[in-house]
Amino acid sequence: MHTYIEAIRKAARRLLTEKRVDAVIGFRKGTIPFMNEPVLVKHPDQVDQLTWDSHCGINLANYLGQRPGKVAVVAKGCDSRNIVVHLLENQIQRDQIYILGAPCKGMLDRRRLTAECRGREPHSVEEFDGRIRIKGRDLELDLERRAFLQDNCAICIHRNPVIHDELVGEPVAEQTGVDRYEDVRRVEQMTSEERWQYFDDLIAPCLRCYACRNVCPVCYCPTCFVDESKPQWVGKSVDPTDTRTFHLLRAYHVAGRCTDCGSCERACPVGIKVRQFTKKLERDILDLYGYEAGLIADQRPPLDTYRPGDPEGFIK
Amino acid sequence: MKEAYLAKDKLLPLVGLLMARYRVAAPVAVGDYHQFQILTQPEQLDLTYRNTRLSPKDLFHPQSEKLFRFSTAADDPDANILKEVERDQGPRLVFGIRPCDARALRLVDVNFDTADCQDPWWVERRRNTLLVGLGCTAPCATCFCSAVGSGPFDPGGLDLVLTELADGYAVAAASERGEALLADLDLLSALDQDRAAAAAEVQKTAAGTVARPFDPTPLGDKAMTELFQSPFWEEVAFSCINCGTCTFLCPTCWCFDIQDEVQKDAGVRLRNWDSCMFPLFTLHGSGHNPRQQKPQRVRQRFMHKFKYYIDKYGDGPACVGCGRCVQFCPVNIDIRQVVALMTARCVCPA
Repeated sequence: MHTYIEAIRKAARRLLTEKRVDAVIGFRKGTIPFMNEPVLVKHPDQVDQLTWDSHCGINLANYLGQRPGKVAVVAKGCDSRNIVVHLLENQIQRDQIYILGAPCKGMLDRRRLTAECRGREPHSVEEFDGRIRIKGRDLELDLERRAFLQDNCAICIHRNPVIHDELVGEPVAEQTGVDRYEDVRRVEQMTSEERWQYFDDLIAPCLRCYACRNVCPVCYCPTCFVDESKPQWVGKSVDPTDTRTFHLLRAYHVAGRCTDCGSCERACPVGIKVRQFTKKLERDILDLYGYEAGLIADQRPPLDTYRPGDPEGFIK
Repeated sequence: MKEAYLAKDKLLPLVGLLMARYRVAAPVAVGDYHQFQILTQPEQLDLTYRNTRLSPKDLFHPQSEKLFRFSTAADDPDANILKEVERDQGPRLVFGIRPCDARALRLVDVNFDTADCQDPWWVERRRNTLLVGLGCTAPCATCFCSAVGSGPFDPGGLDLVLTELADGYAVAAASERGEALLADLDLLSALDQDRAAAAAEVQKTAAGTVARPFDPTPLGDKAMTELFQSPFWEEVAFSCINCGTCTFLCPTCWCFDIQDEVQKDAGVRLRNWDSCMFPLFTLHGSGHNPRQQKPQRVRQRFMHKFKYYIDKYGDGPACVGCGRCVQFCPVNIDIRQVVALMTARCVCPA
């Protein structure tokens, strides 16, 4: 990871000094364990703020839309795929961004790490050779890194940036033989009543804070349907009908666009497994159209193109 | 009697006793966090928590509350007349509330209970609810109650304060109502000198572990417009995603929105939590939005707590240092650092 940090800072310094970009978007060290903060660095003398480790799970493509000028951005595999989605949807132009690709071995799940501390507070976290060492008062843990990846990272098959101007590290081996949809199949096997209950239980703690939506790079509508007031489509209370409407419509709205970056789950303050909504749709798009979002920048996505051979068996 | 002792094996019987007299809300483990719930069994109580994910403010200011019902039926003589929704305003007791969360209720009183205007539901709930606090023997690294004029055993907002000892709890009255309650609980015994000394030691040790990441004193004297126009807001706001996590988890964020929901010919008037992070919060009927941009909304939250409140009420800040927003902000915006910027940066002309 230290080589990444050096490479990111070096590239940022060069790009800013040569005025090839107006700013660099990356992460700075967080103020609490397992967290880092997205940061916009504008001057070469600030580049030492930039850092990189296994707690950079927030998708930085979310910070690119509607930005004037040219910026560099550090992009993991998923971030790069969301940059492609942004390009396809005309949210940004390719010549507006300089992509510092960061091949990724997966980000760590802060929720599971916190749970593993069992109420004791972590003060520091370090990584060596595939192990995570967490220290705190009455706390010393030595954990296997692979067992604490974010759920989406554990099944990720696009760890290397799909688009980049330079890489800040050597490409990593992609995971093969991954069963990405075990959970989707489990839900599909439920009766419709069980499934209804499953999703209702899933979102029962939802606060309607919209962290999942706001952290999502593809949720960029100037006014989200839940925020429309003339007319108001969705109630503002935490009535289950309204909460359900929000989650279901959001999931459908990101179908064919979601890259399973996991930011939504990472952001949720009450730990809702938000990806359970989006994964089924992701798999349907793969099954129906053989399409994965954000891999190809010069081909229109299936849901905004008509092709005579498109499957239509679901039209009843 | 102002002090007493409660043996640990008497804790659940005491809660049972209280449940016979009050609706008792207490921290309950739900999933991987704790939240305040009205107990149905004493055994649901779990005092092994550090702090609840959400503050107990919803016991007084629910996230979503039906205020009135009305009919819109043309043939109903009472059509369009608001009728208050009945609610149980019987006596309640919150058991195990943290001193910071109790203090937050007092900070919020200035909004709902003023000389000119009283929110009847807030006022009644505050009046009907006793607060039995559990002092913090092990404050979190993200706690900063001591920096905002409080501390891990601050009795300020409480009726009783519990200090956990090896074999039980030292119980101290912190108000007249607390004294009356204390005198009326059979399961308590006298607090002997050794235990009183032990409790004082626990409190002192805890107070010593709470960080003071900033000193808010200079904020009252800072010129509001200069603070308002400070260049650091852009930097602070960059990472913000404008979600409602900080405001919804915050024990002192009180803002709400009133909505009417009508189905067929029956309607309810609702009060829902709102958040200054949401663009809709300030959208005018005209279409104009005075806080159209993200930095304006981010600035509002910090300025409200650490400048406007102080200036308006001569009290505050409107933050109790519980650290929830620090722990759960999805992008790690840290209020301790923001306030340090507000207090430390020289805004004087060079």
